[in-house]
Formats: sequence, C-alpha cells, structure tokens
Amino acid sequence: MHRFLLAVLRRDLTLAARRRGDWLIAQFFFVMVASLFPLGVGPEPEMLARIGPGVLWVAATLASLLSLSRLFADDHHDGSLEHMVLSPEPTVLLVLGKAMAHWLIYGIPVLLIAPVLGIQFNLSWDAILVLEFSLLLGTPILSLLGSVGAALTLGLRGGGVLLTLLILPLYVPALIFGAGAVDGAMMGTGAEAHLSLLGAFMVLSLMISPWIAAAALRISLE
Amino acid sequence: MNLYTFASPANFYHLAGKLIPWFAWSAGLLTLWGLYIGFFLAPTDFQQSEAYRIIFIHVPAAWMSMFIYLVMAFWGAIGLAFNTRLSFMMARALAPTGALFTFIALWTGALWGKPMWGAWWVWDARLTSELILLFLYVGIIALWAAIDDVKRGDRAGSLLTLIGAINVPIIYFSVTWWNTLHQGASISLTKAPSMAAVMLQGMLVMAIAAWLYTIAVALVRVRRIILERERHTDWVKEILENQR
Repeated sequence: MHRFLLAVLRRDLTLAARRRGDWLIAQFFFVMVASLFPLGVGPEPEMLARIGPGVLWVAATLASLLSLSRLFADDHHDGSLEHMVLSPEPTVLLVLGKAMAHWLIYGIPVLLIAPVLGIQFNLSWDAILVLEFSLLLGTPILSLLGSVGAALTLGLRGGGVLLTLLILPLYVPALIFGAGAVDGAMMGTGAEAHLSLLGAFMVLSLMISPWIAAAALRISLE
Repeated sequence: MNLYTFASPANFYHLAGKLIPWFAWSAGLLTLWGLYIGFFLAPTDFQQSEAYRIIFIHVPAAWMSMFIYLVMAFWGAIGLAFNTRLSFMMARALAPTGALFTFIALWTGALWGKPMWGAWWVWDARLTSELILLFLYVGIIALWAAIDDVKRGDRAGSLLTLIGAINVPIIYFSVTWWNTLHQGASISLTKAPSMAAVMLQGMLVMAIAAWLYTIAVALVRVRRIILERERHTDWVKEILENQR
C-alpha cells in the first residue's frame, strides 16, 4: 500500500522536475504579490512589520491556489487519471500522494522564500521563526483542502476561478491562526495557542480531506 | 399511506402544488402580524431606542441563513447516501433563499451597527463567520451553475455543502467562544429570555413567517426543477400540453 503512495509521489515529483516552469510560476507569483503591498500601502517599516505576517500568509494562500488548479488537470487531460482511479489501489492514497507531492513542490519553496520576504517586511528574527513554523504547519492544510477543490472542479470551464471561490472560505481558519501566531509573537501574547490550533487543523485535514477528495474525484470522473 | 410515495418527483410535484398556497398565505399573514407587533405593539427599547426594531428582520434572517444551510446539508447527505433524486432537487431549491437570508442578515446588521457601534462593519467572529457562510452559499451555487451534467453537479454540490456545514456551529457559538462585539444570544432554551415578552413574540412570529416563506419558495423552485429534469416523461409533457 505504501509502495503505491511512494509511486504516486515519485511520479509527480519527476513530472515537476521535468517541467520546472510550472511550479516556478507559483513561487514567483508568491514573491510578486508580497512585493506589491509595500508599493501599495507605503514603505514605512513599522507598518510593514505590522501587516507583514498577514500579507505573506495571504500571498502563500493565493500561490497555492494558482498551482492547485493543475493538480489533477494534466492527468485528467491525457486519461491517465481515470486509469489510476480504476486501478485496484485505493483512490484515497492516490489523492493523498498527489496532495503530498503538491506540498513538496509548492510548500517547501514557500518555506525557503518566506524568510527573505520577512526581512523585506522588516519582521524581527523571532517573528520570522514563528512565521516559518506557522507556514510549516499551515501549508500542508492548503495542499490537502485544495485537493478537494481541485477534484470537485476537475475539467470544468473556468475551473481555476471556481476553485478559488470554493476553497478560499475553507482556508480562512488556517489564515487566521497562521497569521495570528506571528502577530501573537510580535505583540508578546505568545504564539503557542495559535500554533496548537493550526496543528490541530492540520491533523484534522490530514485525516478527513483525502477521503472527501477521493469521493469528489469519483463523482467528477463518473 | 406510504410517505415514500412522495419521494417520486411526479407525486411530489402535485403535493407541492397543493401545499404552496397554504405556506405562502400563512407566511404573508404572519409577516403582517409580526411587523405590526414589531412596529406598533413592541415598546421602545431602554438602551437602543427605536433602532433595535431591526431585530424583527435581522434575527429571523440570521436564524434562517444557518437553518437553511443545515437543511441543505441534510438533503445533500440523504441524496448522497440513498441516491434519491428529489433530495438533490430540494438542496438546489433551498440554496438561493439561504443566500438571500444571509445577505439580509448581514445588511440589516450593518444598518443596526452604524447607530449602535458607530461602524457599519467590524471584523469580529460572528460577522466574519456569517460572511463566510455567504461565500459558501455563493461557491455552492457557482459550482452547480458550472457543472452541466445534472448527476455530477448534484453530488459535487452536496459534498461541498457537507464540508462547509462545519461553519454553522462556528457561527452559532462564536459569541460564546470568542469575546465579540456582537452581543450574545438573548434567547436560549435553558434560561428566561433577556427581552420583553412582546418583543420576543414579534421575533418568533417573524421567524415562523420566514420559515414558511422559505418552504413556499423552495417548493415553487423545486417544482420548476422537477419539470425541467423530467421533461422527457409523459406526465410532464401532459402538464406542459395542458398549460399551453
């Protein structure tokens, strides 16, 4: 069973390694959205530090949506997705593997870029550390919940925009707790409560969303 | 008589046709009665003066926005579990009314918030979660609109409704869990209401009116959906012939 999971992971990572442009776009999008805010609201260091955590979290959320619309689309297009669903291996593992691959391709680069953007936003080292930790807990949620949305909107016209409409409301708790943790660290009220809730939300989505996404995939492929 | 008879769209179409006038008329009369209580019988509030009268619209709308979502989730779950066509049609028929009541709740809340809090909008837990409920309604309706295949649309929309149902208890308990600007519930099943009896009466009458209105319009809508989906059957052709 875990061999199937590893096979899905390896396949998606190989595909991503062969087509670097695809996932680099999402990372550049992340950097650009974050860079627009200082230009829009003004460069005062205090204000940037104040809005920084929220802006970086929103930018990470939008960047995940940009890459999620492709999660099943390419495999659906060439027909291989139907074969993977029809295979005797559980669809839940297929979906979980795809979500994990998405996190490795999208989440880890975000984790690597976020400190640099944090410096641009004048965040303190403590705040950047908490930001990293909150993104580490939070970005898997985005990949997991996003896989549900990607499965529901598979092959629809305007699927990408629709995915945004469906999934953003579900992302809200991750956004609140993730940005709240960094805010708490900066205000001195502590980040632990927010990080605990974020971790609980991550575990919850890890337990539930592969099943829902598998059901959604079966509905979409019927 | 077996109640499951009405799970058949053909039988339900005729039953709904007979029920709609009853629900519509009682909703209309109760609305008039409720508004009369609200505007003429209920006394001026000690703290909030006349502005509090918005609750006769606001509270029933907010209740219905959450209740309709749960009913949609219920029909969606029944449909997914037992594959009954009519349950999906009911879920689809309810969604626009749910979105409407959510919008009314937010709108009247803003009208009330301006004189009371000095702000049209604050980002507290109750308001934010109600806004997210509106987004969920819009997302579900958009998903239904985007999927041409009826069966896939029904199932995908119901699945999304079920996921979003977790938001409803968050809205309901938000005033207890968080320290919000929005006041706590004035009514609960376990203790005496913290408002005058006549105000409570007006609010309940309006809530029942909103509930009956929802049933009436949902039945009207579900009849349209039945006609559209069963258009290839003989009994629908017969109805359409007779109407022409």
